[in-house]
Amino acid sequence: MNHGTILEMRNIEKDYFGNKVLKGVNLTVKPGEIHALLGENGAGKSTLMNILFGMPVIHTTGGFNGEVTFNGSPVALKSPREAMDIGIGMVHQEFMLIPGFTVTENIKLNREITKHNAVSRVLGDSMKSLNMTQMEKDARKALDTLGIGIDEWAKVAGLPVGYMQFVEIAREIDKQNIKLLVFDEPTAVLTESEADTLLQAMKKIADSGIAILFITHRLDEVMSVADNITILRDGELVAALKKEETNVTQLAELMVGRKIEKMAQRDHDLGDDSNIVLKIRNLEVEMPGEEVKGIDLDIRKGEIIGLGGLAGQGKIGIANGIMGLYPATGEVELSGRQIELNNPKASLTNGLAFVSEDRRGVGLLLDSSIELNIVITAMQMKEMFLKKLAFFEQADAKHIREHALKMIEDLDIRCRGPQQLTRRLSGGNQQKVCIARALTLSPNVLFVSEPTRGIDIGAKKLVLDLLVKLNKEMGMTIIMTSSELGELRSICDRIAIITEGKVEGILSPDDSDANFGLMMAGEYKKVHGKEAV
Amino acid sequence: MQEKLKLVINKIGIPRAIIISFLILLFVGAFYYDLSIQMLLSDTLVRLGMNGVLVLAMVPSILSGTGLNFGLPLGVICGIIGGLISIEMDLEGFTAISVAMLISVPLSVITGYFYGLLLNKVKGSEMTVATYVGFSVASLMCIGWLFLPFRSPELVFAIAGSGLRQTITLSGRFDKILDQFLAFDVAGVTIPTGSLLFLGLCCFIIGLFLKSRLGIAMKAVGENERFAVASGLSVDRGRIIGTVVSTVLGGIGIIVYAQSYGFFQLYQAPLMMAFPAVAAILIGGASTKNAKISHVLLGTLMFQTLLIVALPVANKMVPEGNLSEVARVIVSYGFILYALTQAGGGE
Repeated sequence: MNHGTILEMRNIEKDYFGNKVLKGVNLTVKPGEIHALLGENGAGKSTLMNILFGMPVIHTTGGFNGEVTFNGSPVALKSPREAMDIGIGMVHQEFMLIPGFTVTENIKLNREITKHNAVSRVLGDSMKSLNMTQMEKDARKALDTLGIGIDEWAKVAGLPVGYMQFVEIAREIDKQNIKLLVFDEPTAVLTESEADTLLQAMKKIADSGIAILFITHRLDEVMSVADNITILRDGELVAALKKEETNVTQLAELMVGRKIEKMAQRDHDLGDDSNIVLKIRNLEVEMPGEEVKGIDLDIRKGEIIGLGGLAGQGKIGIANGIMGLYPATGEVELSGRQIELNNPKASLTNGLAFVSEDRRGVGLLLDSSIELNIVITAMQMKEMFLKKLAFFEQADAKHIREHALKMIEDLDIRCRGPQQLTRRLSGGNQQKVCIARALTLSPNVLFVSEPTRGIDIGAKKLVLDLLVKLNKEMGMTIIMTSSELGELRSICDRIAIITEGKVEGILSPDDSDANFGLMMAGEYKKVHGKEAV
Repeated sequence: MQEKLKLVINKIGIPRAIIISFLILLFVGAFYYDLSIQMLLSDTLVRLGMNGVLVLAMVPSILSGTGLNFGLPLGVICGIIGGLISIEMDLEGFTAISVAMLISVPLSVITGYFYGLLLNKVKGSEMTVATYVGFSVASLMCIGWLFLPFRSPELVFAIAGSGLRQTITLSGRFDKILDQFLAFDVAGVTIPTGSLLFLGLCCFIIGLFLKSRLGIAMKAVGENERFAVASGLSVDRGRIIGTVVSTVLGGIGIIVYAQSYGFFQLYQAPLMMAFPAVAAILIGGASTKNAKISHVLLGTLMFQTLLIVALPVANKMVPEGNLSEVARVIVSYGFILYALTQAGGGE
């Protein structure tokens, strides 16, 4: 044993195609401790875990630099299988369980206890029958360790979501040689009381000598169970702290930090609520994974408002709900006029436009030309770009071409011409085509979701500059949803942070990192009391 | 030279290149066995006009996202009913064929609409469901044909006095009326001008339709449903439009087919109508997601030529009995199968 550490990762560096995602990160975990790994989306937590597990994605993209020591000896893991063999276990965020099997069968899957029977003595080990009694005993023991009263013979299919999480954990701790267990945001899908049980269980597991690496966004959970805390930001190690030395506010501040410089100098005149263009009341949207649970928000005319927050908290659902793409209830009023929900046509014809976060899935006709992509929505919804010919309303090719060329020039879309298929464009240029289509509708309010997702840094800046330009020159109200707080803070006038499907609060881009961090973690109201609202 | 060849092959796609090479081989065989090349070419052109509209019917269904229209027999039955009514009305010549088409259209529209509703309920397995819809409706019509109240002695069984005949001849009605319209000879090859013009007209109208607001909406639905929804389009409506247009073309297509063939075939015949059309458009370079009018023309031409030229050549090569027919079927369909597995190219 190397000074009583179970896992040591030193100077880990990793880049994806020249884009550095980990810049010399260190991580040390001792046996029997609960070690929290904190960071925003994209801070590098997942990549670090992928390296630890030897995921194929790491090796197919050129491997990594740095060394990993496990249980005193250096290791170079090539596959998750090897990681399991040496005693690293993972509790997945998405459940990897077979619904039709019982709890015991799931726990013991591929590690079944078998015994000989008449056939297996002749035909070999693969014909052995299962020792159900022993398996159930083991499963019971694992479940008892967790302190959870699930019946080991129940089918997984009927269990509540929270319980499935425990079955996953039971499967990991049932493994004899387990030394380190990674929990990847285990409480995300749990109710409060289930989360408490889980945290208790984690403590029990740790007491039995197994080290736990706990990845989460929830700062209060960190404070209640973790012994040590490592914080990542933008692929860099920002702090490794002992729990006793820190508090929620400090953690929030460290997690968020200041990232990008101001791109465009904007005077953030917060204005007041006298000129409301879009009024959202009690909006609820059933978008799987991004549920919105009752949002009230007033959008001022001519502002860029950011919707921020962590993934899965519901910020993405807002625009999708208002545009009628997912079932929504509530009231949305545009300049005093009620917008019918659950009807994309009503939203589009009333002066709303949307640039989807799912560019390739929703945003584009990939096998159609740039020009068709730009005009199609306006053509269908507003009957623009048409001419009468005999008994059909024909597309007006000349008019379409003129408009497409103008858009290509205005937005600086790099392409071989308006006839090129959008599939062949780079991510940034595809995004510009999406924006061009939205602009062609000449909307009063433009929703833009994750405009810079999956495009390179240079193009990111171009897209953001474009949004600022539209806002300044055309006075367009823009509602921008983004997971990248830095990007929101660089161009928005106000930023609403969405947590658990609700508006946690509205901040100015110049507010302190601590406030942003607390809001994203859903701790703001607890720390600041009622004054926050 | 080699690079030029590569470029050409890339342009038409490997499957097409394979079939065209095979066709050239067949023509060489025909020449060697002293078959009349002019006759073969004339037949090919007739077959192009005859089948073209039926193959064209695949385009709207593919583009609207319901895949290949294996439910083509529905349209075919509507077309046959239109034709029978025009004979019952004792019409002749161009009046007869026009009335037949005019009657078939509303029938096809109604049938296509309900068929479209059905297809919207089975998203993801349209082609399988469509095949069985075609089969069951065609089989149901086997009973239907017996009871439809047609009276004309040309249509009903002579002895029984009721129930439609197996095969209804069109001589004296509109047999070959399009084939012979403005037909002329070029170096011994007869050009069936009327049929080809009619096919051209249909292609032109469908081309216009695909560039219209409605057509563009339909294509958007077929290409990306989620995009279509986000653009405020109704996915179900787009798919119904595609199905209706496809069914209407099926109806008109069978009337064109019948005038060239000389007969309407009832009962079991419509059952298999979809398959040659599907084969033709696939050979032409279409997929279940994308189809162009050029695929229709190229595909029909290649598929029909293959069938026409292969038979006499095989007969000459193996003169005894049934063997030539068996060999022809194996080789022709084998080539088509092989060609279709060589996907890619042809953009």
